Amino acid sequence: MIFNGNAIKYGDNVDTDVIIPARYLNTIDKKELASHCMEDLDKTFINRVKAGDIMVAGNNFGCGSSREHAPIAIKESGISLVIANSFARIFYRNSINIGLAILECPEAVAGISEGDTVEADLDNGIIYNRTTGAEFKTKPFPEFVQKIITAGGLVESIKQGIIK
Amino acid sequence: MGMTMTQKVLAAHCGAETVEAGELILANLDLVLGNDITSPVAIAEYNKLGVEKVFDNKKVTMVMDHFAPNKDIKAAEQCKMCRSFCGAQEIEHFYDVGQMGIEHALLPEKGLVVSGDVVIGADSHTCTYGALGAFSTGVGSTDMACGMATGKAWFKVPSAIKFTLKGKLNKYVSGKDVILHIIGLIGVDGALYRSMEFTGEGVHSLSMADRLCMANMAIEAGAKNGIFEVDEETLKYVAEHSARRPTVFKADEDAVYDEEYVIDLSEVKSTVSYPHLPENTHPASESGDIKIDQVVIGSCTNGRLEDLQAAAEIMKGKKVAENVRCIVIPATQKVYLDAMEQGLLRIFVEAGAAVSTPTCGPCLGGHMGILAAGERAVATTNRNFVGRMGHVDSEIYLASPEVAAASAVTGRITDPKEVM
Ligand code: SF4
Repeated sequence: MIFNGNAIKYGDNVDTDVIIPARYLNTIDKKELASHCMEDLDKTFINRVKAGDIMVAGNNFGCGSSREHAPIAIKESGISLVIANSFARIFYRNSINIGLAILECPEAVAGISEGDTVEADLDNGIIYNRTTGAEFKTKPFPEFVQKIITAGGLVESIKQGIIK
Repeated sequence: MGMTMTQKVLAAHCGAETVEAGELILANLDLVLGNDITSPVAIAEYNKLGVEKVFDNKKVTMVMDHFAPNKDIKAAEQCKMCRSFCGAQEIEHFYDVGQMGIEHALLPEKGLVVSGDVVIGADSHTCTYGALGAFSTGVGSTDMACGMATGKAWFKVPSAIKFTLKGKLNKYVSGKDVILHIIGLIGVDGALYRSMEFTGEGVHSLSMADRLCMANMAIEAGAKNGIFEVDEETLKYVAEHSARRPTVFKADEDAVYDEEYVIDLSEVKSTVSYPHLPENTHPASESGDIKIDQVVIGSCTNGRLEDLQAAAEIMKGKKVAENVRCIVIPATQKVYLDAMEQGLLRIFVEAGAAVSTPTCGPCLGGHMGILAAGERAVATTNRNFVGRMGHVDSEIYLASPEVAAASAVTGRITDPKEVM
């Protein structure tokens, strides 16, 4: 899997209430959820995000509520990958379960600025900052998690009998 | 190597003698929970699985609590979807308006969780049931869907932080103050991916309401779960509420912990978390003159009978300050009824507070007390993130029922000792 896009960068503790405010949780329509993505933190996000863009953030990304609407809104907005120093655990498993690619890589977070062109090669575990020329190594996912992602999410893994 | 309490519970649910931190396991579930916001997403995923019936219609539960009684047409549609699903699937424990309460107050009260269980819920505060000595954790809707279908969920076995509690709480200080104090100490990601295990003689002096409140907020320190050592008080609570038999797991003597803290309960002060993170804690007594517009007493953290009793004791014979709206929300129908019979609702109404039917309501900015720009609330809820209770330019101060009640009376953030 290779992702290409421009970086959109945020700080620490980006919580699910700013990713998708609760007032919009009365729908499960993905497009509608995406149209309010990041609204309470960054009103410009939804107008400037382009398909393939990469979200970069600090510690504890996705903390707070268990709402799967949060990774769904991010994925549906066009973001292809989220790189952070660390993720809140429910957000982490939700992303894997719905097939939103996420990576923990503090070196890359430190070495990528807003607007940089980023390429991430998940198979080989390398992130390139094409704007500065820097390269960062990442840890591969555990095998069990890789199986879920390769199958296309948890529902697919169960349907295919990978998880019984 | 010895196992922590959480590891013991997990090992027993995946058919292993022992498990180790970092290991990925598939565990059998005793209960799968969803609410009116997360269940619709889960039902849509469940339908993709092509499974005819849920793994066990007694071990799946749905509670209509977040935007119920339906706050608008869309919320009504979401509850309707849950209602038809539960009807078709013959889900035994479906709780709708009139029977429902806030899920994490309701499930222990209904006896659906006992010590030693493994529970997942598509709601982050599912960690509440750790108070009963269960492993319970919040997950997303896809996990809920797959849990309903297979009765299983995947977990990475967590390592743990041990909190040894000693001493006794002072008057007007409660479990909420202890957990806010701890989150202030370790930060909102201080327990990320890990368990928070509470043990020590201090545990015995805490009521079940205190423990439920503390386990509830483990997620606010990033924890996977919070869990309390089971004692006589726990077993008494379980026996009074459930026909099921508890299983008691104890951490091994040689269990390994990442970190250990000793908390002296007698030193914990009335504590308030300032905006916009639960870790931003300050003693209530040093709050100076922070004027407030609204007080909310309720939620899965502090909407239990003991919480309302504590608030009523402070508000009795006093009036809510001018220009302050005080909203009291009993967490379940039973709490409502008990509070009525004990005369607590009269105390609140006579003080000038509004009393609502059980609902999450303003806790997540749904309805029943949304804040306008520039407004400030003291709430017994668990999150003070930007925009959580309404406008992005509003502010939430998290506190105990005692501090919330005292603040309602004075109109500014107040240590309860000041008004008693
Ligand atoms: S009361 Fe608040 S924190 Fe608790 S379940 Fe409801 S919305 Fe979530």
